Amino acid sequence: MKLMKTLLAATAVLALAAGAAQAKTLVYCSEGSPEGFDPAPYTAGTTFDASSRPIYNRLVQFTKGSSDTEPGLAESYDVSEDGLEYTFHLRQGVKFHSSDTFTPTRDFNADDVLFSFERQWKSDHPWNAYTAGISWEYFNSMSMGELLSSIEKVDDYTVKFTLTRPEAPFIANMAMDFASIMSAEYAAQLEAAGTMDLLNQAPIGTGPFEFVNYQQDAAIRYSSFDDYWGGVQPLDDLVFAITTDPAVRMQKLQAGECHVMPYPNPADLDSIRADSSLQLMEQEGLNVGYLAYNTTMAPFDNVNVRKALNMAVDKQAIVDAVFEGNATAAINPIPPTIWSYNTSIVDDEYNPEAAKAMLAEAGVENLSMKVWAMPVSRPYNPDARRMAELIQADYAAIGVTAEVVSMEWGEYLSQSSLPDRDGAVLLGWTGDNGDPDNFLAVLLGCDAVGSANRAQWCNEEFDALIQKAKITSDKAERTALYEEAQVVFKREAPWLTIAHSVVFMPMSTKVTGYVMDPKGTHAFDGVDLAE
Amino acid sequence: MIRFLLNRLFLIVPTFIGITILAFAFVRVLPGDPVLLIAGERGVSPERYQMLLEQFGYNRPIWEQYWSYLSGIFQGDFGTSVSTKRPVIRDFLTLFPATLELSFFAISFAILLGIPAGVIAAVKRGSWYDQTLMGTALVGYSMPIFWLGLLLIIFFSGMLGWTPVSGRIDMLYYFPATTGFMTIDALLSGQDGAFVSAMRHLILPTVTLGTIPLAVIARQTRSAMLEVLGDDYVRTARAKGLAPHQVIGVHALRNALIPVVTTIGLQVGVMMAGAILTETIFSWPGIGKWMIDAISRRDYPVVQAGLLLIALIVMAVNLIVDVLYGLINPRIRHT
Repeated sequence: MKLMKTLLAATAVLALAAGAAQAKTLVYCSEGSPEGFDPAPYTAGTTFDASSRPIYNRLVQFTKGSSDTEPGLAESYDVSEDGLEYTFHLRQGVKFHSSDTFTPTRDFNADDVLFSFERQWKSDHPWNAYTAGISWEYFNSMSMGELLSSIEKVDDYTVKFTLTRPEAPFIANMAMDFASIMSAEYAAQLEAAGTMDLLNQAPIGTGPFEFVNYQQDAAIRYSSFDDYWGGVQPLDDLVFAITTDPAVRMQKLQAGECHVMPYPNPADLDSIRADSSLQLMEQEGLNVGYLAYNTTMAPFDNVNVRKALNMAVDKQAIVDAVFEGNATAAINPIPPTIWSYNTSIVDDEYNPEAAKAMLAEAGVENLSMKVWAMPVSRPYNPDARRMAELIQADYAAIGVTAEVVSMEWGEYLSQSSLPDRDGAVLLGWTGDNGDPDNFLAVLLGCDAVGSANRAQWCNEEFDALIQKAKITSDKAERTALYEEAQVVFKREAPWLTIAHSVVFMPMSTKVTGYVMDPKGTHAFDGVDLAE
Repeated sequence: MIRFLLNRLFLIVPTFIGITILAFAFVRVLPGDPVLLIAGERGVSPERYQMLLEQFGYNRPIWEQYWSYLSGIFQGDFGTSVSTKRPVIRDFLTLFPATLELSFFAISFAILLGIPAGVIAAVKRGSWYDQTLMGTALVGYSMPIFWLGLLLIIFFSGMLGWTPVSGRIDMLYYFPATTGFMTIDALLSGQDGAFVSAMRHLILPTVTLGTIPLAVIARQTRSAMLEVLGDDYVRTARAKGLAPHQVIGVHALRNALIPVVTTIGLQVGVMMAGAILTETIFSWPGIGKWMIDAISRRDYPVVQAGLLLIALIVMAVNLIVDVLYGLINPRIRHT
């Protein structure tokens, strides 16, 4: 009898083990810890990868692998003639996750949409300051507060957003991480229980994966959500193994301890390519690295001087030396992965002789200037000091003396914005929502002079085009306007456009269905793992 | 003994106050405006800048900030992290067991290998064993931790596949953190193989973090032993006809250990610094990695609380060492 029991127990254990072996678990060696699991208060991509991407959905969403948007939790939307009213028709039958402490009693509806936005918008909303020191960074920096006039629930499955001014990029904003839809029912339960900060620690969403557990700074676990409106996932479980050091991530990937890793060391790329058990995906990042002249200061107020300096710099040499070849020389201020990228524009030719002649023609002799080099490494500029030195050498060849200056990052950001800044500044940008407006208006619009517009460049023709594009909701029309704006930009040359870096994703050959996102987020819906 | 202890405890108060000032001042002399760093390339409007300053309390006079920080500490409130918005003390308590576990293994590794190695080197002074050992200790002491960790990973995990690359346990295992000590939690979970997995994950970080203390302890033991072995009482003990292992193990070692205990105490402080690098390399979720992240984000509350708590730990360890010292060496109690 005892033997029988043991046998039975052993069989049970075996059956369990077999079940476990069949569960498909993908391990992702993520690069850092999420700040929290409510995406709206944060701005870091690492946080979004762990919160908004697996757990939540938004009214509209980005089409996989592109900067276009498509319906998400809203099946469709209408825009009023004047561009001020956006009416979203919500998807029905969308289920929320459940947890040990929460079981949803209803499907997703308009109340959830109102809750998700009003908490960020209304300072008297009970959730506006639900944990100490919270602030709604993206909601504010996208100027949503000034943009929104009202949000109304028309019926359970219809929500109307009214804006204070027509703004076409609004739809792209609605696909951003801060616009993730939370469960109002869950929030009400937490509020009643006096445990509001659980919203940030034990998240409930409608997304492809349910949150299971977070071991701080070590691992995050998710399981596939069986009732996901977008269909059941091929994976059973998803684990983020937090591994900060890129060399260690690489070792873990090669040892089979994880299946996918972001941000490899450029030096490791060759050995990844040589490893037959790994595959390497790559895509141009949603970024641009540039050198911004101060177009209000002589002699840089002269377009011919700017053009001449642009022609003096050998960009390919920068791409090879600073990016180790992992970038493309930039022609336009927006990267080629963004819609409306103007492919017909020809870059300023690298020609030191002609540059020298142009300078002489402009009456500029013995020019000496400052070139600012950022103290930090960014995807759009991994080594600004080296880049500045290359530019310095190129300038010397046409008789321009450049002094490389640098300072602490916070200082750098504020000093470089000052209208009377001395010298040209190396900087760059990584896009937020894949809308051309998010580059062209944020970095080059007249409104941004004195802040993010480091060229202090306010060109009426350019600004009229991007302002018009901003209030036009027809995408074909917008595309034409942005294409024209890029022509003006190239003609006026407020920047030396330097490079768009290439982003790499090494992964095991077992991984299928992974699509790289031009915006740089990492999402695992639709991903499968071969045995 | 009690008076000795009271004296020691009394000294802690000014030291503690001094450290709060240092920790508070240190994060503020770090260049970098935390608000500007949050805003990044986009920049921030003057109104919003002011709002964020007020929200973090950085607009208040410096002494007022210090006062609210100090009074907070005495109420057990170490502030809220600027980036995660979680109370600092909660993160600390979650992460500290990981550091403690790693440090415990590392210091045990250093003591258990370092003392015998030093004793043998002293007894066989000048032999090839002594020279090899002291040479190795010098290399171990000089090797940058970061580099050593990476070399160990590449060799033992990458090339040989003997040890896991990083982390505290295989991702296959999942159980609640009851104590925060992975080895204990693994045993408690009852899951097959969990404990072995946790131990295997400890090997490389332990060696990485323990190498410098090991080298220091071995060298210190060797020189202390050499000194003691030349003393008259040892000669007497030998002349009495005591067995060599009794002379060395009982008479000589007990006295040689006095400076070694002090060294071990000091190594705990050194290990806290080493833990920062070791944890970063091995993705070990402890307070070292937590502090590094906080410094790069200019997360003032985390950095100052972290510095203070680490200093408190080092102080506590030193106190324990002083007490131990008194136990080993009765002469010290009366002075």
